[in-house]
Amino acid sequence: MKLWKKLMPWLVAAFCLYFLIAFFFEGEPKPGYALREFGRFPVLLNGRIKPLDTVARTSLLILCGKQSLRVDDGKSLSAIEWLIELMTRPELADDRKVFKITNPDTLGALGLQGEESKNYSFSQLVPHAQDVERQAELASNVEEQLRTPFQRDVVKLYERATLYFRLKNSLEVADTDDFQAEVDAYAKTVSLGLPLIKPARNSEPADAGSEAAQRFSFLAQSAYFFPIPPAGPSGKPEQWKKMGDSLLTAKKDTGIPKPALAYAAMATGYRKGDAAAFNSAVNEYRAWLQEHVGKIPRTARLEAFFNAFAPFYKSMTLYVLVFILACGSWLVWPTTLGRYAFYLLIFSFAIHTIGLLLRIYLEGRPPVTNLYSSAVFIGWGAVLLGILLERFYHNGIGSATASILGFLTLLIAHHLSLDGDTMEMMRAVLDTNGWLATHVVCITLGYASTYLAGFLALIYIVRSVFTSSLDNETATSLSRMVYGIVCFATLFSFVGTILGGIWADQSWGRFWGWDPKENGALLIVLWNAIILHARWGGLVRQRGLMAMAVFGNIVTSWSWFGVNMLGIGLHSYGFMDKAFPWLIAFMMTQVVMMALAALPLKRPLPGK
Amino acid sequence: MPPVGTSRLLNNIMVRYLIACGRVLSSLRLTVLLLGLGMVLIFFGTLDQVHLGIHAAQAKYFRSLFVLWQPVGADWSIPIFPGGYLIGTLLFLNLVAAHGTRFKPAPKKIGIFTIHAGVVVLLLGELLTGLFAKESMMRMDIGSAQTYSEAPRETELAIIDTSSKDDDLVVAIPESLLAHANVIQHPALPFALKIVKFMANAALAMRSQASDASPSLATTGIGPNVVATEIPRTVKQDERDLTAVFVQINTVQGALGTWLVSNALGVPQSFSYDGHTYELRMRQKRYYKPFTIKLLDFRHDIYPGTDIPKNFSSRIRLIDSRQKEDRDVLIYMNSPLRYSGYTFYQAGFDNNDKTSILQVVKNPTFILPYIACGLVGAGLLTQFSMHLVGFLRRRRP
Repeated sequence: MKLWKKLMPWLVAAFCLYFLIAFFFEGEPKPGYALREFGRFPVLLNGRIKPLDTVARTSLLILCGKQSLRVDDGKSLSAIEWLIELMTRPELADDRKVFKITNPDTLGALGLQGEESKNYSFSQLVPHAQDVERQAELASNVEEQLRTPFQRDVVKLYERATLYFRLKNSLEVADTDDFQAEVDAYAKTVSLGLPLIKPARNSEPADAGSEAAQRFSFLAQSAYFFPIPPAGPSGKPEQWKKMGDSLLTAKKDTGIPKPALAYAAMATGYRKGDAAAFNSAVNEYRAWLQEHVGKIPRTARLEAFFNAFAPFYKSMTLYVLVFILACGSWLVWPTTLGRYAFYLLIFSFAIHTIGLLLRIYLEGRPPVTNLYSSAVFIGWGAVLLGILLERFYHNGIGSATASILGFLTLLIAHHLSLDGDTMEMMRAVLDTNGWLATHVVCITLGYASTYLAGFLALIYIVRSVFTSSLDNETATSLSRMVYGIVCFATLFSFVGTILGGIWADQSWGRFWGWDPKENGALLIVLWNAIILHARWGGLVRQRGLMAMAVFGNIVTSWSWFGVNMLGIGLHSYGFMDKAFPWLIAFMMTQVVMMALAALPLKRPLPGK
Repeated sequence: MPPVGTSRLLNNIMVRYLIACGRVLSSLRLTVLLLGLGMVLIFFGTLDQVHLGIHAAQAKYFRSLFVLWQPVGADWSIPIFPGGYLIGTLLFLNLVAAHGTRFKPAPKKIGIFTIHAGVVVLLLGELLTGLFAKESMMRMDIGSAQTYSEAPRETELAIIDTSSKDDDLVVAIPESLLAHANVIQHPALPFALKIVKFMANAALAMRSQASDASPSLATTGIGPNVVATEIPRTVKQDERDLTAVFVQINTVQGALGTWLVSNALGVPQSFSYDGHTYELRMRQKRYYKPFTIKLLDFRHDIYPGTDIPKNFSSRIRLIDSRQKEDRDVLIYMNSPLRYSGYTFYQAGFDNNDKTSILQVVKNPTFILPYIACGLVGAGLLTQFSMHLVGFLRRRRP
């Protein structure tokens, strides 16, 4: 036992270190090919400059809900390897099972059955392309909110198939065998200053130049992203070009832009299995970027690092461990386990914070910009408050609550990230850092603290009803914590809600519009106010306070997610029918916990 | 019993009753009850927006004394729940009564006082906004100038005497009058209007495409060729009602005919009487301004390579001859123009980015929420910092 206690700090430290740096030592996804470097190259997509690695990961997330692809022989394919294979060796990629289709109606309508994994390859879908198209067209005539789950699913499938097709035709036309040779031949035409498209005459066969022009304009239309940056550090996002456009607009005197040549060499190198050619093209392009494009590639590199580091995934895993240790501390070795739970919590919180700061830097925006980042930030705020509580009380409760909230919110964030890029550009009204930094941050801190109070109360209820671990002193300190956190929640949700009204007054001319999201925020304010007044008026005591705090979880969940499911008003971000049953289930469990809190205690809480 | 005793007894009962009332009115229980009722009201008011639309739900739940319930098909309704105005008023009284009785002024209570003052300002602000704020829209093509804004959801029937060379004489009859009046007479008009039928929202179709429709109530103008069918008012935020009215013009010599007027009909209809030419036009209700707004340019910026909007902006010229104002203003997202009690916001666009839609708001009490925010924020901060300091002191003696 003693040895165990002595070893513990070293074990924990070694574990943390391993956790932090293990991914630095991971090899290239495909031995011999500089794919990691390739994944760091910046491209423009959806108005934002991001690394190819992000394009690969978000595309794969949209297609199959994962950031890497399990292949038949038990190995897995990293996102970037999958992407370059799709772009240069589509005949292989088309047999990869990247389309996850789970809706039984969709499967039925397409006559697809029998795959246990529910994953299908592009080749498997091709025979059903017409069905998909027809069903999607039928569904697209129905207003988005009125579509049935099948219609929504089939529209999504159509969009996913389109995305796949566009990715495939982004660097080169999908049936190209030697893109470099094609571009070289074209370069000669350009350097001679020949007109690209000659007037077509029936008697003459199409010449090489006009055929290339046709292929490149197809490429310009279908490509998914803009890989060709403008030369010079003053280049604007508007000046990025698609591969096809870049080739078509090449001038006689300047020739074909270097990036286009480099990508052509990379494509052909990878297709032909010529690692040396691929790598030298990658290195040349990297050098060119450093020399000509300035700061942008560095941001893209940082984002690729952020993707590989996966801070939120890491801290999510650690929070589970913290929770187990903290709960364990109420049963055995309260001091030791409690202390290590706290240290690990700090470590996990640090990773969480690094992730948050990196996102803020990469996006150039305050922490909360969409539903995904609200989940990350609510978790962060709750953990921060939990750490402060643990600092004061040293009883494992702060750690346990913080870790469970950190875990749950990051889990929610993970599911929200399946829709694609989580750093999308802000639409018109939202394009204002000032309000995002004040109103949105206040509101989310209000959510975070209301949840924290609710989860503290859950711990009180579980421990008092199911175990004998709750003594009188702990119960009193729990009730102090809940009260303090509710005060905090009132402050942030009240101020945040009014700030939101002022923002609305600045942008629409009305302070309060009774919009569902506004009402949701107001419900939180009112509920917190009710808790405080009920306590001041002596209407509730300890257990009543706990039950009320648990109801705060329901109110906050309604405001955070429930109102978005109504699909009306200015704040509706989209329909989340998958989350709906989960929301209801969560609310039901909270009702059960409130009922438990109302049960008469068989015996008084033991004094310490 | 002598009468004096009776009155003393009555007095006693009254005083006791008043004290009891005061106690209830100032109690924390009432506060909690009212806040709870408020939550229920807001919850159901939000849910009902799915069916009623945001504006009707607002009127039914929040801008009312009682939420009324009307059984399907009945023409009566009964109150089933206190509405926003009632709960707000009671909360206000509760707060005032509590401060009049329970609260003793003390430095310790400064936070609470400030918070409650902020809440009072907030409640007042919402009440005054509900009563006095006016929202309207200005829809302008690039290059055009306008001196009025239009109500988004109210219409009016304009009767325009176009005979004079210099000025038009306009008589505008609001929708609310058309809906309830039978005969309308105006001193400026030498004839009376008889409202034959009023439809708050109607679907119009050409008669040639609806052969089985019953004969029109209209006898002249475009009306006989059009079939108007009454439909329920729209609940969608992006749709507007199309009012349709059959109106008969009655002169001392007899009826001139019955017209169908609707804001769905683009071309105005006209008729002559007594040497004057009159135009009949159903349109969005107008609010005239003492100044002119001219739309110089409209921009719809998107993020490169996407159709995600980045910004909408209208460059306008503001011309006010009273104030000798003549200047350019750029109105864009989160940056409205405030002028002469009105605020102009970029609200929308149409017509392939050639038309800009501005929201025009007149809200004399718009400043109250700003004050409330300051008061409540400062109060909460003071109160809870005092709690926190006390708590820390107790922990570390």
